[in-house]
Amino acid sequence: MRVYNTELGSRLLLGTAQYPSPTVLAEAVRASGAEVVTVSLRREGAGGGEGFWRLIRDLGVRVLPNTAGCHTVKEAVTTAQMAREVFGTPWIKLEVIGDDDTLQPEVFGLVDAARILSAEGFQVFPYTTADLVVAGRLLEAGCQVLMPWGAPIGSGRGLNNPYALRSLRAHFPDVPLVVDAGIGLPSHAAQAMELGYDAVLLNTAVARAGDPVRMAAAMARAVEAGRLAFEADPMEARDMAAPSTPVLGLPVFGA
Amino acid sequence: MPFIAAGRSPRVLVLGAGVTGLVAATVLTGRGAAVTVRFRPEAASRASHFAGGMLAPWCEAADASALVAERGAAAIGWWREHFPGTCRAGSLVLAPPRDQAELHRFARRTTAHETLDTEGVAALEPDLAGRFRQGLFFAGEAHLDPRAALAALAADLPARGVVLREGEADEAEQEGFDHVLDCRGHAAAPDWPSLRGVRGEMLVLRCPEVALRRPVRLLHPRIPLYVVPRGEGVFMVGATMVESSDRRAVTARAAMELLNAAYALHPAFAEAEILEAGSNIRPALPDNLPQLRAEGRVLRLNGMYRHGFLLSPWLAQRAAALVLDGADPEGGTA
Repeated sequence: MRVYNTELGSRLLLGTAQYPSPTVLAEAVRASGAEVVTVSLRREGAGGGEGFWRLIRDLGVRVLPNTAGCHTVKEAVTTAQMAREVFGTPWIKLEVIGDDDTLQPEVFGLVDAARILSAEGFQVFPYTTADLVVAGRLLEAGCQVLMPWGAPIGSGRGLNNPYALRSLRAHFPDVPLVVDAGIGLPSHAAQAMELGYDAVLLNTAVARAGDPVRMAAAMARAVEAGRLAFEADPMEARDMAAPSTPVLGLPVFGA
Repeated sequence: MPFIAAGRSPRVLVLGAGVTGLVAATVLTGRGAAVTVRFRPEAASRASHFAGGMLAPWCEAADASALVAERGAAAIGWWREHFPGTCRAGSLVLAPPRDQAELHRFARRTTAHETLDTEGVAALEPDLAGRFRQGLFFAGEAHLDPRAALAALAADLPARGVVLREGEADEAEQEGFDHVLDCRGHAAAPDWPSLRGVRGEMLVLRCPEVALRRPVRLLHPRIPLYVVPRGEGVFMVGATMVESSDRRAVTARAAMELLNAAYALHPAFAEAEILEAGSNIRPALPDNLPQLRAEGRVLRLNGMYRHGFLLSPWLAQRAAALVLDGADPEGGTA
């Protein structure tokens, strides 16, 4: 897939938080084949995070810094500016949190921050809800990719609203769409890809699995399977059985 | 390995008087080495000054390598032998009602525990009666007051023939020893490039209304925290884990999270006195496990991360074997 004129081979993007150790993180990234990892600067970035950032850079993949933990436009913009300094990239995964229990995006602040950052030359990856109108506003603000949630961050509940995700896909057929957050199982990731999403971004499902490396490999295969299935134009579900071998001597149309 | 005349005790210089250095000095003198310890006088400069003091190898296995439980289990015996204040009353793991899934995960990922219901929790900790529907009890685990334990080890060193010297040791001084044990924690980062800092923040509270006999861990998907009784109504609440070696004071966010955890455990903590808010830097290596590294006469013991009290006896015994037998029982020679 192509985002902001960058060609990515893998459609799986990984978070870097909550792993048992940086070594396990590195092995999981390798097993996942991910070419992009996202890293939080808000908490780790208060200063003195160089040790961890060096480990992230040493992963040898593209870094998508994020503004996790920011609740206001100002915080998010400042964090993004710091991220550009630290990682030398215009990419920023923009998060503005509106509710602490669900970590639901504060979409009004999100659009404002996206507009400010786009004007400053950032390439913004907005973490948003599946709301169609907000999605349109984010594109107007300068975003060239959208990252709607599947379910609240870390909840592992899968795609809470497949209808909304499907309609987002249908409305913006040419915009790269990434399901970000809520994925708990490979089947969730496959489902997102079957809907025609361009990629999946996840963290907790891998980091907090008993064996993160194995789960990373499982997610990679699910994402690939879901994408292949989408490209293969799957059959439509139907109510009646359709025998896969011809049945002779019966009327074709039932009464 | 330096030449040591037959019959002469090896002379060892230990750099650092945190838990790694003091345990190493104790173990080495126990095996007949002549030890000098170089230390910084400020107790607050040491990460172990802010430790929880939980000797909880089986709980730690939930998120750490199996090696931590395997090598850490023996630490309980070591501390009981060297510090009489070591208390073996087990540890209790609880989760608020809406985070029960975390308790199931914890139970799956650990061994040596029994599942408790409301009555079981109340029987162990009467003050928590009726507050939690389910808990996990790790009966074999222990805890200690790290500051008292470190003070006891340090007080015992002169009688073991150890020379204690304040301040740094220069090159010339180091030349006079057969071995130098670098136990400086995060301060040694310039000499060990993959060593990073993981910031931890903690509070000390006084709350005479609550009595707990053992450490209680409160699980939460984002901020797992623990409360450790220090006796006489005093509790340590810890600890945050931030990928940073920033040494500024405790942040408001950390204080809120720690206080929230204490309050979730028992509402009486709302009236607690905040005696102290402390922070320091855990030294960690990429796999979050400690390492013993031999570089000529210098042995580096570092990367204790969350497990200084749990794993320093193991690391010290390996270092002592290298110094006195010329071989590390876990492989490697000096």
